[in-house]
Amino acid sequence: MKLFKNLLGSVKPHFEKGGKLEKLYPAYDAFETFLFVPDHTTHKGAHVRDAIDLKRTMFMVIVALIPCLLFGMWNVGYQYHLAIGETATLVDNFIFGFWKFLPLIIVSYAVGLAVEFAFAIYRGHSVNEGYLVTGLLIPLTMPIDVPLWMLAISVIFAVVIGKEVFGGTGMNILNPALTARAFLFFAYPIYMSGDKVWVHNAMVDGHSGSTILGELAASTNWQSLSFNPFDMMMGTIPGSVGETSFIAIMIGALILIATGIGSWRIILSTFVGGFVMAALFNMWGANELMATPAEIHLIIGSFAFGAVFMATDPVTGSQTNRGKYIYGFLIGVFAIVIRVFNPAYPEGMMLAILLMNIFAPLVDHYVIQGNIKRRFKRANA
Amino acid sequence: MYIFASENHNFLQKEMSKDIRLKKGLNINLQGEADKVYASIPQSQNFSIKPTDFHALTPKMVVNEGDKVKAGSCLFFDKYDERIRISSPVSGEVTEIVRGAKRRIMEVKIAADSEVSYESFSLDANASREQIIKGLLDSGVWPFIRQKPFDTIANPSDNPKAIFISTFDTAPLAPDNDFVLHGLDKEFQMGIEVIKKLTDGKVHLNVDGNTNPSKVFTDCKGVEINKISGPHPAGNVGVQVHHIDPINKGDVVWYLYPQDVLTIARLFTDGKYDVSRMVALTGSQVERPRYYRTISGASISNMISENSIKDGSNRFISGNVLTGTQISADGCIGFYDSQITVIPEGNEQEFLGWIAPGLQKFSMSKSYFSWLTPAKKYNLNTNYNGEERSYVVTGQYEKVLPMDVYPMQLIKACMIEDIDSMEQLGIYEVSAEDMALCEFVCTSKMEVQSIIREGLDLVKKECS
Repeated sequence: MKLFKNLLGSVKPHFEKGGKLEKLYPAYDAFETFLFVPDHTTHKGAHVRDAIDLKRTMFMVIVALIPCLLFGMWNVGYQYHLAIGETATLVDNFIFGFWKFLPLIIVSYAVGLAVEFAFAIYRGHSVNEGYLVTGLLIPLTMPIDVPLWMLAISVIFAVVIGKEVFGGTGMNILNPALTARAFLFFAYPIYMSGDKVWVHNAMVDGHSGSTILGELAASTNWQSLSFNPFDMMMGTIPGSVGETSFIAIMIGALILIATGIGSWRIILSTFVGGFVMAALFNMWGANELMATPAEIHLIIGSFAFGAVFMATDPVTGSQTNRGKYIYGFLIGVFAIVIRVFNPAYPEGMMLAILLMNIFAPLVDHYVIQGNIKRRFKRANA
Repeated sequence: MYIFASENHNFLQKEMSKDIRLKKGLNINLQGEADKVYASIPQSQNFSIKPTDFHALTPKMVVNEGDKVKAGSCLFFDKYDERIRISSPVSGEVTEIVRGAKRRIMEVKIAADSEVSYESFSLDANASREQIIKGLLDSGVWPFIRQKPFDTIANPSDNPKAIFISTFDTAPLAPDNDFVLHGLDKEFQMGIEVIKKLTDGKVHLNVDGNTNPSKVFTDCKGVEINKISGPHPAGNVGVQVHHIDPINKGDVVWYLYPQDVLTIARLFTDGKYDVSRMVALTGSQVERPRYYRTISGASISNMISENSIKDGSNRFISGNVLTGTQISADGCIGFYDSQITVIPEGNEQEFLGWIAPGLQKFSMSKSYFSWLTPAKKYNLNTNYNGEERSYVVTGQYEKVLPMDVYPMQLIKACMIEDIDSMEQLGIYEVSAEDMALCEFVCTSKMEVQSIIREGLDLVKKECS
């Protein structure tokens, strides 16, 4: 610790005003404040401040993602060994998945942070912590075999077009992680859909690894799927790395809700919205997806992952408490609607959240108008 | 936010009094609460009156350095309303008029006589409203009466729709008025009689619903007694006004603190400008937190030397940790303050502090493990615990603002100086102090109080 302090102290003069590397100060500052909570003291307003800051907030989201991350790594190995017909131990599966998934994380963080730092230096702003979470969310929503260059491009697209052009963290309209996912989905659909991308080497070896949604879209009855509801809960199914295990996602949800970081209003109302919509479709039952029971809908695909980790992004979601219920509910509704009506995009969750990102300010506008009208009425009573 | 008509009181006598139970808010449990004892200390020799204590007042000096003054002699008045005069709290000599940037007057320093001599005022509590107001203005007691919106000294030409007195303070380590006013029933009632004359509306006396409030307050006659319960800021008069008789555009209410009611009473009974008061010396750096009897504007050095302050770099605050003003170790008590808080400075870096479990860290969120010990009392320092960022997190402010107001949207309207939106979103109903907790809990470390203060100043300038 002293070592770091001395090291930072010795290079700091170069980055300060008048130093050779003055322009790179935001980069230096990011490293220094990463290692040390700064010694800034309050100079106006409240003399004491809550211990929370944006770093801690982002750190807690990462903690909440750890169950999904660990399970996802194990599942990569498990699905691979299952596909090639070998049995492997828990540790072997995990180690296999770890080495397959690690490059995705490294590329995501390296490329994303490079763009973030470049913008911070260009603008002379401090580096915001938002990418700490986005950088992990992006690979978790990817199929394991996504080419690294593709991942890099989608990260650049997400950070630049999804975030920085609007002014950086806190100013963006669309969820950056989903922007990356959507970009890849539409730019390189072959790598992001179908039944050949969800299990490692499926495309090369030719073994199938279709997802549940893929099978349902291809008119398989839900009862004759290759997986039973228990598998779906546990997550021992093919899919994007982080999204398969309902249990792991729920552990993350508990962490987010318990710490007060994630909005329980959004999470709850998203599930309610999805359930209500799916239950209505059950009554209609015109295709296999409509006929799939509502509770099954909630645990397959990326519905749960999206509800817990994507819809709850406070920047792109509704900001008022009442708005959060409406916003979440409509995400659930639209996710199921897209899933059911458009078999070309069996994954409706991503599109539903992006759609509601756009409408969140409108939802808030009407909620706030209610408050304004109440005040106006009182004044004129 | 549940509002019930009070049932356990005599309905006929207090038919309109309210029982308001607030749920939103936050109590910050700090170490260093004042014991309910008071120590006597010799009277301070150094006094200082700070024009900055009076928001929006531009001082015009009456005295010069070297002038002799008595307690109650006018030191300066408001350049824009000459009726509003600020008096010397003690007799003595004006030693220095301290000026800041652009020659702004920061402080008027007075060296006190060993024996206080008073200007004498002869006032009659049965006189007309105009005469009472004139007496309060001439003596310099008037500035204790302030108005909402804007938190400025009340405009004597207004007739407020109501007057509010919050008899309890829920801020961290705040003095206990039940203790401070114990046994002063008569004086308090006397002050209330005068205050009643100032409005055609009601005088609301708001008592603490969390405890059994003192008889000084509950037995008070001729006022509406409302019970308010809940965490801080339930004791803030602005929050109480919002729930009892909210301010619409154009409305004015006046408010004052319980100890200032006594100052008014003494003016009418003794004919003196006597601003002696009880002050709580609090905070984790104070060895024996307790109460002292002193005088508004007095230097705290006597208190500090009678007690003892823990070593280290300390911050001295006149007021509480949320809304108080930083002063030096020999600084003076603010005009409106009855609390001194001493806490450690936090000017030290912390290695990977944002990853640590944080058992010693206080947070409204449960992101540090300190939530496992909810009753723990904290020793908080002045560190920001982070850096200012753009808004990311939402829904935090709403948890600590027990008002039907959208705080974040209002703050943003203030930031962009959109007066129409500010009015629509309820700028007249809030004060900086009511939103101090929003500032405290803010993940993005926004300076909420000064944003709101500047917003209010802008509205005041543009709309009056």
